[in-house]
Amino acid sequence: MRRAILSAILVLGLVTMLQISIASRIMLLSGNVDLLLLVIAAWALQERVQAAWIWGVVASLLAGIVSGVPWFIYLVGYLSVVGIARLLVHSVWQAPLLAMFAVTFTGTLELLMLTYVQRTIFQVPLAYNEVFSQIVLPTVLLNLLFAIPVHTLIRGLAERLYPEKEMA
Amino acid sequence: MKSSFPRTLQTAVIILVVIGLVTLALAGYFSPVTNWFSRITVNAQTWISDRYMAVVDFLTAPRNVAALLQSNTELEAEVARLQTQVIDLQQQVTETNILSALVDFARANPEYSYKAASVIGRDPSPFLRYVIINAGSNEGVLPGMPVVTDKGLVGRVDAVIGEAARVQLVTDAASAVDVRLQASNTEAMLVGSVTGELSLNMISQDAVVKAGDVVLTSGLGGTYPANILVGQVVSIRKLQSELFQQAAIQPNVDFTRLQFVLVITNFNPVNIAPLIGTPGP
Repeated sequence: MRRAILSAILVLGLVTMLQISIASRIMLLSGNVDLLLLVIAAWALQERVQAAWIWGVVASLLAGIVSGVPWFIYLVGYLSVVGIARLLVHSVWQAPLLAMFAVTFTGTLELLMLTYVQRTIFQVPLAYNEVFSQIVLPTVLLNLLFAIPVHTLIRGLAERLYPEKEMA
Repeated sequence: MKSSFPRTLQTAVIILVVIGLVTLALAGYFSPVTNWFSRITVNAQTWISDRYMAVVDFLTAPRNVAALLQSNTELEAEVARLQTQVIDLQQQVTETNILSALVDFARANPEYSYKAASVIGRDPSPFLRYVIINAGSNEGVLPGMPVVTDKGLVGRVDAVIGEAARVQLVTDAASAVDVRLQASNTEAMLVGSVTGELSLNMISQDAVVKAGDVVLTSGLGGTYPANILVGQVVSIRKLQSELFQQAAIQPNVDFTRLQFVLVITNFNPVNIAPLIGTPGP
């Protein structure tokens, strides 16, 4: 458990720094890639890891600290991502990349929808069609593009942190 | 047995023969012979010299190639180092130019105190137009403080920690700034959008607005100081059926390339929320 928390803080801390310094500047229209979401999705899809929920909580807190979006939005969004991923990995899906795409797609849509609802409740004027074409579609596309390399990297990390012998 | 010629006579004959040969040679009678001889000699000498140099090259060339390769590697490393240095220096020149412009701006507006800061990140959410700067409460930065560059208004501080602060840009969809059009002295409301575009709302139908009109902060609302440059009017939308005109604004600040900003630290934003009140029953 201690190792899970430590590794989560270290890896997700680094990913958060990469997100705010680089990934947030790489924009497609008004959308940008969400590295934290991709990392926790890929992590939760590794069958051998047992600390996926902790990673989800740590990622939510880190995103909540650096972002103007309230932390509970990230908490709900990222924990949903972990939940969907664990559901897929424990039930039917045996194709990891397909599962990664599915989790990325649904997780991105859900997080963006939550943010949209929160902003609307706070009376921020957002045109629905503009949000869809300028933010939702580009963000989903970017996240799907980055899903494969992130999944590959995280699988390697999971194999290092949780070697095969520990699975028994 | 004694020679039939005396020794002296032999010497004299030899001398005469030599003199004769020299005379004939000087007269050019031996030229074909000397040319043939010299040609053979030179050819032989050339052949020997070439073979010698070939052997020398063969023996010394491998060492030279190794030395050349080493020298080449060293020079390539030196070139790479110098290129890195050039890039560093170019970066420094760029940063110096930006900082110099900020200093000029601060000198031109001495009524305010400034804290310079670098932009170190952007908000991860695509819905928000926020940047993170490397100056926080330890440097006297507080929420609500206006943020500018030498080009104009950037936004205001939204949240602060010890060493960093989050700045809401004026292009954020939730941002609203009271501004005035310099030419017509008309008040209006500058709002951002999810796409980062700026527009002016609440322009009176009576106001004469033209493309190119300069937009400045008005100071109304107490959120921003007055007379900070925001941008220029690009286009106007005026419909008789609507209460107000609208205008698209080209900001003076390039928000995609923000590197350094100035936080105005001696401006106290006024919270007018209690004055607005809520409608009675």
